Amino acid sequence: MKQSSVVVDLLLLLLTISVLTTPAFSDLVLSKVERRIDVTSQFARVTKSLKVVNPGSESVSEFMLTFPKFLGNNLAYLSVKTKRPLANLSVKKADPKGIPDSISVYSVALPKTLSKGDSLTLEVVATFTNVLQPFPEKITQGEIHLVMLQESAQYLSPYTVESQSLSIKLPNARIESYSKLENTKLQGSELKYGPYKNLPPFSYSPIVVHFESKAAFAVAEKLVREIEVSHWGNVQVTEHYNVVHRGAQLKGEFSRLDFQARPNPRGVSAFRHLLARLPPRAHSIYYRDDIGNISTSEMQSDSKKTELLIEPRFPLFGGWKTFFTIGYGLPLSDFLFASEGKRFVNISFGSPMIDLVTEKIIVQVVLPEGSKDISVTTPFAVKQSQEIKYSHLDIAGRPVVVLEKNNVVPDHNQHIQVYYKFSNINLLSEPLMLISGFFVLFITCIIYTRADFSISKSSPTYLAKLQWDEVVATLQEVQSIIQKCLAAHDKLEASLRDLSRTGDIQTCKAARKSTDSLLKDLSKELKPLLAFLQSSPSASHISPKVEELVVKEKELQEKLMAKHTTVVEGYEKKSSGRDIENRIASQQQKIIALRQEIEDLLEFIDEI
Amino acid sequence: MAALESPQPAATATAMRHAFGNVLSVLILVLIGVLAFSIRLFSVIKYESVIHEFDPYFNYRVTQFLSKNGIYEFWNWFDDRTWYPLGRVIGGTVYPGLTLTAGTIWWFLNSLNIPLSVETVCVFTAPVFSAFASWATYLLTQEVKGSGAGLAAAVLLAMVPSYISRSVAGSYDNEAVAIFALIFTFYLYIKTLNTGSLFYATLNALAYFYMVCSWGGYTFIINLIPMHVLLCIVTGRYSPRLYIAYAPLVVLGTLLAALVPVVGFNAVLTSEHFASFLVFIIIHVVALVYYIKGILTPKMFKVAVTLVVSIGMVVCFIVVAILVALVASSPTGGWSGRSLSLLDPTYASKYIPIIASVSEHQPPTWPSYFMDINVLAFLVPAGIIACFSPLSDSSSFVVLYIVMSVYFSGVMVRLMLVLAPAACIMSGIALSQAFDVFTGSIKYQLGRSSNSTDDAEDTNNAPKDDASAGKTDKGEEIVKERSSKKGKKKEREPADKPSVKSKAKKKALVLPLETSIVALLLLIMLGAFYVIHCVWAAAEAYSAPSIVLTSQSRDGLHVFDDFRESYAWLSHNTDVDDKVASWWDYGYQTTAMANRTVIVDNNTWNNTHIATVGTAMSSPEKAAWEIFNSLDVKYVLVVFGGLIGYPSDDINKFLWMVRIGGGVFPHIKEADYLRDGQYRINSEATPTMLNCLMYKLSYYRFVETDGKGYDRVRRTEIGKKHFKLTHFEEVFTSHHWMVRIYKLKPARNRIRGRAKKLKSKTTSAGWSSKSEKKNPWV
Repeated sequence: MKQSSVVVDLLLLLLTISVLTTPAFSDLVLSKVERRIDVTSQFARVTKSLKVVNPGSESVSEFMLTFPKFLGNNLAYLSVKTKRPLANLSVKKADPKGIPDSISVYSVALPKTLSKGDSLTLEVVATFTNVLQPFPEKITQGEIHLVMLQESAQYLSPYTVESQSLSIKLPNARIESYSKLENTKLQGSELKYGPYKNLPPFSYSPIVVHFESKAAFAVAEKLVREIEVSHWGNVQVTEHYNVVHRGAQLKGEFSRLDFQARPNPRGVSAFRHLLARLPPRAHSIYYRDDIGNISTSEMQSDSKKTELLIEPRFPLFGGWKTFFTIGYGLPLSDFLFASEGKRFVNISFGSPMIDLVTEKIIVQVVLPEGSKDISVTTPFAVKQSQEIKYSHLDIAGRPVVVLEKNNVVPDHNQHIQVYYKFSNINLLSEPLMLISGFFVLFITCIIYTRADFSISKSSPTYLAKLQWDEVVATLQEVQSIIQKCLAAHDKLEASLRDLSRTGDIQTCKAARKSTDSLLKDLSKELKPLLAFLQSSPSASHISPKVEELVVKEKELQEKLMAKHTTVVEGYEKKSSGRDIENRIASQQQKIIALRQEIEDLLEFIDEI
Repeated sequence: MAALESPQPAATATAMRHAFGNVLSVLILVLIGVLAFSIRLFSVIKYESVIHEFDPYFNYRVTQFLSKNGIYEFWNWFDDRTWYPLGRVIGGTVYPGLTLTAGTIWWFLNSLNIPLSVETVCVFTAPVFSAFASWATYLLTQEVKGSGAGLAAAVLLAMVPSYISRSVAGSYDNEAVAIFALIFTFYLYIKTLNTGSLFYATLNALAYFYMVCSWGGYTFIINLIPMHVLLCIVTGRYSPRLYIAYAPLVVLGTLLAALVPVVGFNAVLTSEHFASFLVFIIIHVVALVYYIKGILTPKMFKVAVTLVVSIGMVVCFIVVAILVALVASSPTGGWSGRSLSLLDPTYASKYIPIIASVSEHQPPTWPSYFMDINVLAFLVPAGIIACFSPLSDSSSFVVLYIVMSVYFSGVMVRLMLVLAPAACIMSGIALSQAFDVFTGSIKYQLGRSSNSTDDAEDTNNAPKDDASAGKTDKGEEIVKERSSKKGKKKEREPADKPSVKSKAKKKALVLPLETSIVALLLLIMLGAFYVIHCVWAAAEAYSAPSIVLTSQSRDGLHVFDDFRESYAWLSHNTDVDDKVASWWDYGYQTTAMANRTVIVDNNTWNNTHIATVGTAMSSPEKAAWEIFNSLDVKYVLVVFGGLIGYPSDDINKFLWMVRIGGGVFPHIKEADYLRDGQYRINSEATPTMLNCLMYKLSYYRFVETDGKGYDRVRRTEIGKKHFKLTHFEEVFTSHHWMVRIYKLKPARNRIRGRAKKLKSKTTSAGWSSKSEKKNPWV
């Protein structure tokens, strides 16, 4: 249906053109027009070289480019250059009077006004999407993918064309049919029309070429590219693709068996791979979708480029859709430059995928927090806006430059520049924030454990706590005193051992005397502490234990003294070692038992 | 902390020792947390950061909904993407603990502008909570047997394979947080029991509430704690502390539990909770008795007892009679199917095929015990013995816990998870006690030998003297150096006893030096073996996400990502409102990954609905088409492993479809699908089997792959090789044929002559006739 409507369009166009009289544009003459249409991929790329001569008397500074409407509506990219001098010319859509609706007109501002007799060669590159119409529109898995191109064998121009030719580069495959006009030649996969001489303005002769296309008709319905610039040394690019196969739709079953059949797989109309050509030194590449990593991808990299071959989860047949995300990091130094006190990011606009048409692209350049004076330069018109994005502990948020454009083809893969001002001090803000955060946390912990947060200083629980603290302190003092006592006992024992070795009774006695006085001092020290413990109500459950401890210690002291006396006496009397031992054996038993008890008690108190 | 309490210089040494010990144990605990977290990351490293298996996908989807729509929308969420055409009230039928936890974490992180996706938060929730769980284990065991045992138990729990299997990164299931909640609730119960503090009792009720939110396994708590209380009362261990630990828990806990929509009035109506109320009554009676005993003279008390007991018996009898009548009036006796199968292990296989069909509801085998708790199985008895010396309230609780969990794990393999913490606690106690004994002996023996060189004479006569003297000298030094908790504990233990006895005991615990060293080495080797096993289990056995399969072949790693391939296909290439029918196993994944409406899913709440799908799968093509068409189904998804040898495919599950379908629609008879009691798909298979939809959808054009139709799972050639589908068409088959999706062909144009006949047929084939459990479609 669509097909026939286009044909009707063409007929209408012809009619209107034939009745048209166009005095306004007839000043210029195109002395030579060469057109070349490349349809090996899913879009049609038209390169024209136009030699413009001004035979008239008035000088001309404007040149009109015209396309049939059905092409003009699908025009994705248009650039006009002159070779000598090498310059890009500005092109804008024009709507002059007297031109029928079925023709789109673009006006080109010439680099210099063409005066009489001057000539100029214009190099025009135009890329059209959606002009290769699948025909038939629905095919089964086994059928080949046929598409149809409609064009005019003669160059549609408001000017007189003296000499022109057209060549169409077809993919190296089957050609179903093509319009045969005069001077039509098919050489291999190249179809030639012309040359045609001296045609009046608005000449038009429609041609239709019907051929097999093996190109991947991959169209990103929507592509969101997020380019996040981090001054810590990384540019992180994340791209979300909604890809659809815009070729002839699949009709009927999809059979994996046929698709994978070895000798002659059926399913040539589907595409399995997409190739992304990433900048060199791209790293940390990932490829995933909503539900996780996609493991079918391959990467090759060298110093000039990084090539990523990705395979969607399933082969895409006509009309099938998929979604995926790729992401990669780039070294900052390759993309960030400084000029005139400003920094600018210089990064390509379009998708890195080869031969991918993007219906709607949204490029978000996320600048570091604190960037100011943001401006963007792009080689072509895009819709611009700004947003704020919050990420990674941001407070003020990061400025985001949002660029939107429809109908993007690989020709749009040109660099854009985002200028901004940024001071390096801002880099430190987040680490400092973290440091201070942790600092505050630890300080709070310290204050909380050290400070007294009880609401009422006279409440019974608070008083009890104070009292308890005192009790604990006292207990610790008691413990330390007992420990000292025990140490003194050990010294006494040691002196006995020395005695048994040296037989020096005097030193032994001296040792005993000193220990005696020490122990007395210690017991004096103990008394007030014990009294305090007895008086304190909160220590009521411990004081008996402590008392027991002190009593036991006293007992142990006495026993030790007795033992000491016995031993010393024994030595004085020169009794045999065995004799002495026999005599102190019973005491020894008790001493050990007491010592054990004291230790147990100490442990018990320690637990409190 | 200890350092802060001791300003006196005299006590600095002990205080320093304490402080140092505290710092050391905090450090060890932090490391344990890191260990628990990182051992669960194998799945992320070996595969990817992705949600695993089936139920986690549902939880993930709920969390996504929660984070997108907020908590109120979540409570009111009626999910029309599942159980078509019935739908499911998610807010009222889901345990919200896990999703609320992850949602809160996500919300918190995002409010700090840390941009983590919901998926990332979900993937890492389980490892984070297993770190929490090991800390909770430390607290619990420390309450029972001191911090040495606590640390040992925490280490063991951090890497016990049974728990790892449920909490690897990506295993976003209820158990992930529930085990933490379980242990923490037990800890707070023991803490309350030990301190008698009402503060901890309140916390305990809150922890119980969290547990109720998280997992249906909360009934384990609400039955175990009453049992312990009863045990304490029976063994004469009643104390006010016990009362404080129990009574607030029942009252607050039940009130809080009733707030969770999925529990609601079940908290007071179902039999699972009756034990707690019964014990609640008993503890009050006992408390009253103790009170009266306190104010009456012994003689008066005796009289009172006889009076009260006689009246009480009558009242009890009446109450019990009423209860029995109430319970008996409900068909299952008020017990839910899963609980009943716990009490009677054969219950499920007899009455509920849908419970029996889940592999994790089967009883475990012996090797699975060794696989899941490994050497702990041998340490547990030692731990139980250690708990009996001396038996305290808290140690009796852990003994009861292990006994009950061993029973439950024997019934259902899934409850191995409840056993794991108990086994870890017991083994921690056992290990710590063993280390105490051995290091103590070594210390003692070393002390003796160093002393004996000094003083040869004394050793003959008074070895004990040397022992104690050496101990204080040496022991203190060692303790100071290592600040070991165990050394301290060793001395503390006998402190409770009379000293003479303790000395005897100490002597008994002393082992020869060589024996101790060898035993220590053996223990360390045992520990090393456990660690190796755990790491192996975490890395190899339990980390597979099950939606991605890998196999190691000669030419490297081969990835089978068929499930996601086909879910992605469904999600992008079918209409958003299309209904997809598959066996219930794939319901959650289809709704979560493909975002398509399913007929049945893993929440098996409606047996009839599942039986309908089972019937369709077991019916011939035409009848199946009619069933599916009546359910508005557009696509049918089957999982087929015959090409690459993936064993858990639909053909292997098919008998369950037949059984469940046959349970509701009697015209599906299991015997029709079996040849001589054997399940076959080869040439000996029955015609019913070879003509059923599942067979046809699985093997459609399979024979053309190799010419013979050799099924690598069943290891046989298929029975019926060449056939055509009349009512279905293949729309997608994944790369390795693991998932095959078919579309229902549109109904044929009616032929004039047949129109009348068909009309009469459709009227009889309404849903109404289904309730009569007849087959309306044949």
